[in-house]
Amino acid sequence: MKGKVIVITSGKGGVGKTTTTANLGTALTMLGRKAVMVDTDIGLRNLDVVMGLENRIVFDIVDVVTGGIKLKQALIKDKRFEGLYLLPAAQTKEKSAVSPHQMKNICNDLKKEFDFVLVDCPAGIEQGFKNAIAGADEAVIIAIPEVSSVRDADRIVGLLEAAGLRKNQLIINRIRPRMVKRGDMMDIEDMIDILSVELLGVVPEDETVIVSTNKGEPAVIDTMSRAGEAYRRIARRLNGEEVPVITLGNEDKIFNRVRRMFKLASR
Amino acid sequence: MLEFLAKLFWRDRDRRGSKEVAKERLRLVLVHDRTSTTPQLLEALKEELIKVIREYIEIDEESLEVSFNNIENSVALVANIQVLRVKKDLA
Repeated sequence: MKGKVIVITSGKGGVGKTTTTANLGTALTMLGRKAVMVDTDIGLRNLDVVMGLENRIVFDIVDVVTGGIKLKQALIKDKRFEGLYLLPAAQTKEKSAVSPHQMKNICNDLKKEFDFVLVDCPAGIEQGFKNAIAGADEAVIIAIPEVSSVRDADRIVGLLEAAGLRKNQLIINRIRPRMVKRGDMMDIEDMIDILSVELLGVVPEDETVIVSTNKGEPAVIDTMSRAGEAYRRIARRLNGEEVPVITLGNEDKIFNRVRRMFKLASR
Repeated sequence: MLEFLAKLFWRDRDRRGSKEVAKERLRLVLVHDRTSTTPQLLEALKEELIKVIREYIEIDEESLEVSFNNIENSVALVANIQVLRVKKDLA
């Protein structure tokens, strides 16, 4: 098996890297693929607790690179989802405990066994970021429609390109249709226009994400969750299916079409 | 009642498109980020430009504008210079 290593990154913290990693990993296994999520945020690990796997950690990524622990021993199998595994970060070590070279080796080993290797990148552009992207084949950039996040995302795109990563796709997270409608939040087109990257998907702001994270369950298993639905669609896209991007809730589709007609006419 | 209406109207006008402000600010800051330049660099460049151009053309130094612009995926250096007079002795 020859899988893909996808790094999930954003520059800015708190925009949803870990949540996205957890949901996409889970959704991909729901599609019947094998996926492993790698937490590279050494010292501030969170993917375990978001996934509800915090009590199952025995070894971590630092044990694998320095402690003579086999990669397979450190992988935690998620019993709820067939084919889903987690490689946790170390909580008490420094970022420098892993080198980009070692990270690349881990990714190469993992993609022999898995269809998808999802690397959850830490915030920032220092060592942790360099480690996380070292073994990546492609990148998913998470940005929310706020100036700080878009600015950081732009910086990240530049750094990814400089590192030789060619396939960089954007997920716009936490978009609020109501604010977009009244012109107080950047829209999908605005962000694509500014960042000039390919769009992978759009996830609406959704309280159910917090509710499911409270319980240690990814939102994709909640059929009522709109964010969960968005993540399931993104996972299908990653899996090679063509799935149209939903722009701002179906309810104002006609409204948008009319507005666009007016916009065109007024040009 | 009137106050309420005025507030509503004012609020609407005041707040329409805070995203436009965001986009405009982002465009500017990203140009500097992408080219790793600072406003100081532009200021220095502008002064040098004036020095060179002044030798050939009389220009309105006050109205001279130098900025980076995003044109599709690349960055352009745009200078807007008002010419007052071409120096005769050089023409």
